[in-house]
Amino acid sequence: MAQYNLKINGQTYKADVEPDTPLLWVLRDSLGLVGTKYGCGIAQCGACTVHVNGAATRSCVLPVSAIGSSSVTTIEGLSAQGEHPVQQAWDEVDVPQCGYCQAGQIMTAAAFLKQNPKPSEAEIEAAMNGNICRCGTYHRIREAVKVASTKTK
Amino acid sequence: MKLAAAAGGGLLVGFNWTDAKAKPAVLDATAEAAAPSIEFNSYLSVSPEGKITIFSPNPEVGQGIKTAFPIVVAEELDVDWQQVHVAQAPLDTVKFQRQVAGGSGSIPHSWKRLRQAGATTRQLFINTAAKRWGVPAGECTTDKGMVLHKGKNKKATYAELAADASKMPTPTDVPLKDPKDFKLIGTSIRNVDNKDIITGKPLFGLDFHRDGMLYAVVQRPEAFGTKIKSVDASKARAMPGIVDVITFDNNVAVLGKSTWQVLKARKALNIQYEKESALESTSDHDRIFDELLNAPDATVRRKDGDVEAAFKSAAKVIKSEYQCPFLPHSPMEPMNFFAHVRPDGAELIGPTQTPERARGDAAKFLNLPQDKVTVEMTRMGGGFGRRLATDFVMEAVKVSALAKAPVKLIWTREDDMTGGDYRPAVKYRFEAALDAKGNMIGYKLRGAGINAGNPTRQDNFPAGAVDNLLIDSAEHKSPITTGPWRAPITNFLAYAEQSFLDEVATAAGKDPIAFRLELLDKAKKSPAGDIKYDIDRMRAVTELAAEKSNWGKKSGVAQGFSLYFSHLSYVAQVGEVTMKQGKPELTKVIAAVDCGIVINQSGARQQVMGGVVDGIGHAMYGKLTFDEGAPEQNNYNNYRMIRMSEIPEVEVHFVDNGIDPTGLGEPALPPTGGAVANAIFKATGKRIYKQPFVEQDVLKGVS
Ligand code: FES
Ligand code: FES
Repeated sequence: MAQYNLKINGQTYKADVEPDTPLLWVLRDSLGLVGTKYGCGIAQCGACTVHVNGAATRSCVLPVSAIGSSSVTTIEGLSAQGEHPVQQAWDEVDVPQCGYCQAGQIMTAAAFLKQNPKPSEAEIEAAMNGNICRCGTYHRIREAVKVASTKTK
Repeated sequence: MKLAAAAGGGLLVGFNWTDAKAKPAVLDATAEAAAPSIEFNSYLSVSPEGKITIFSPNPEVGQGIKTAFPIVVAEELDVDWQQVHVAQAPLDTVKFQRQVAGGSGSIPHSWKRLRQAGATTRQLFINTAAKRWGVPAGECTTDKGMVLHKGKNKKATYAELAADASKMPTPTDVPLKDPKDFKLIGTSIRNVDNKDIITGKPLFGLDFHRDGMLYAVVQRPEAFGTKIKSVDASKARAMPGIVDVITFDNNVAVLGKSTWQVLKARKALNIQYEKESALESTSDHDRIFDELLNAPDATVRRKDGDVEAAFKSAAKVIKSEYQCPFLPHSPMEPMNFFAHVRPDGAELIGPTQTPERARGDAAKFLNLPQDKVTVEMTRMGGGFGRRLATDFVMEAVKVSALAKAPVKLIWTREDDMTGGDYRPAVKYRFEAALDAKGNMIGYKLRGAGINAGNPTRQDNFPAGAVDNLLIDSAEHKSPITTGPWRAPITNFLAYAEQSFLDEVATAAGKDPIAFRLELLDKAKKSPAGDIKYDIDRMRAVTELAAEKSNWGKKSGVAQGFSLYFSHLSYVAQVGEVTMKQGKPELTKVIAAVDCGIVINQSGARQQVMGGVVDGIGHAMYGKLTFDEGAPEQNNYNNYRMIRMSEIPEVEVHFVDNGIDPTGLGEPALPPTGGAVANAIFKATGKRIYKQPFVEQDVLKGVS
């Protein structure tokens, strides 16, 4: 076990875990931040996506020991009340079915739009292709990314 | 129907979920007194601030029921949707009776009951206001949660009337709205849980946490047909955070302080297995299918006319075989459940499509009365039928009982994919006899399945439209476990059957849609045996799909048609394929849907689009194979799921016929595989006889 001070959502969290523990399980089990989801554990589905220094990252394969002083943002920290343009677009387009994959989808989309605020449809598909939605909400996800891109200046 | 003043001065209205008739009022002074009554079985409450809370009793698995049910109540109640708050009701089958998410059955079951509840409550408010104002009730109207009297220029909100309303008799025989006056039903209303979902609130079973609980993972046999010979857990036990290792049934549970610790310790288990029954491989199944298809006897499911004579006299006979593999359900949230078994009772919390079955199984196993077992339903990260079973609930119950501790038992994706309860593998043989004019005079179907029960739906179209018909089935019992998978049986049967009908139409030299319409005409004019579908509704969706797809009139686009009736709804689809660099590409699916009245446009479209995407994904890529009883795919790196770049455009059209609504969680999926395969045939001349499509010759080289 080792002590880690993690910068998450603008706060410092302490976690006493084994160094190889993936960030995903530190968030979920140790810190109670369960918005970040487990889907596959092998970087294949995107359900566990968080931002590490602004970049979309699969937290299921990121050992806590590798985080250091990087700043982590989870779905809980994307905005205070869900007012981030991507979250708003997700509601307006009424994307979720079961909803389980959507935190990961939103985090992927938010990081992507920051890099590429006015993407083409093909660019959206390339960016979102790593996120699986078993309910098949892909059409609305694509639409919501477009809507969000009109909201971001 | 039962009324009571709610604590804090509002009104609590109880109504019967199971009985569409309102009951005479029974007045209680307090909500507490009303709550345990069994004379009614659902509630809506009106708070003094005007908030209307509607309890939705059925499990939410992504089908949108938690949004759709309250819409229906709110419509008849005539309140503003903004005033409505929706809460998940607990498991209480005495009150709610049908608390199941399965079979697309919630809406057909509850439609009338929900409307009655809303309408009766609205009338109650009208009567209350009329009495207060000294006017005839017939002169009052309602709007947005208010009773109005135009002549006297009076208005009162439901909240203002609530306390008095609780002392009024319950109105009986209240008329329902004329559907043309619907204000909410048929509009687009967003998922009531959107806000919580997009902000990452703990909604799902896997998110549940109780201080002091242990995490548990279970090592199950790696191959179906094996059993534990020996367990050496010494290494695992010594690992950090591990509290216990428990062998139960044919499983070994590792319990500890965190998910990661138990996952690591599970890898350190040393378990030897031995053979218990047949260790089957996919190649064995291929052989078994052919044996079953050729077996002299099978269970006859339907027999009309004289099939042998029809085939003897046929001008042309068409015969084909179609095969589909096992599939895991792959809901994004893997199986999990929390259980806290105490000597005097048990508390269960988690994602289940059948909370009542979970409670019953747990009570039986623990030898406790049912009322000592509580089940709290969490939102489910998908289910697709997997959470109809209670195996994972019972694992949590057993492990908690043995460990004498509260336990959250979780499955990894690998556990989920290799843990059984699959869609069964099947193979079909179809035969059709055509007369000289190309009329289908004989039809035979043999379904061979592995733990599939009856893999046919013998009364579905074209049964009833063919004079001489024989449908039978044969089954192989396997150690590989199977269960219902979204649109059970029809999720692969429809693909096979609709592909075969396309073949028959081609052989008859007829347009695939015209061919089906002829059959429907024949079924109408001179039905062969019982007809268990509505011919006019079959025809209407067919025609709508033809019209919206501009059937047969698009140049450069190959179209394929498919039509299926399941779970009381009718869906026709046209798949469109264009050739790109010599390879077929699916560009569009047009769906024409008859589920009667559409309650929520947004939710309904979502179900259809999701069903189509699901249908394409699993037909194209889904495959679970076995080697000596062990699944050969175990996670998304070797089991392919459809992704965003692979979806075609999907267009959804609803038939507007005013018929009472039917379910939509499943019916859009079955026709999709056939629409796609038939469009690929049209584009390439190559028929697809097997799933996954992507492994068949015609799609080789297409990524
Ligand atoms: S859980 Fe991390 S990518 Fe699937
Ligand atoms: S909404 Fe259910 S997995 Fe995406």
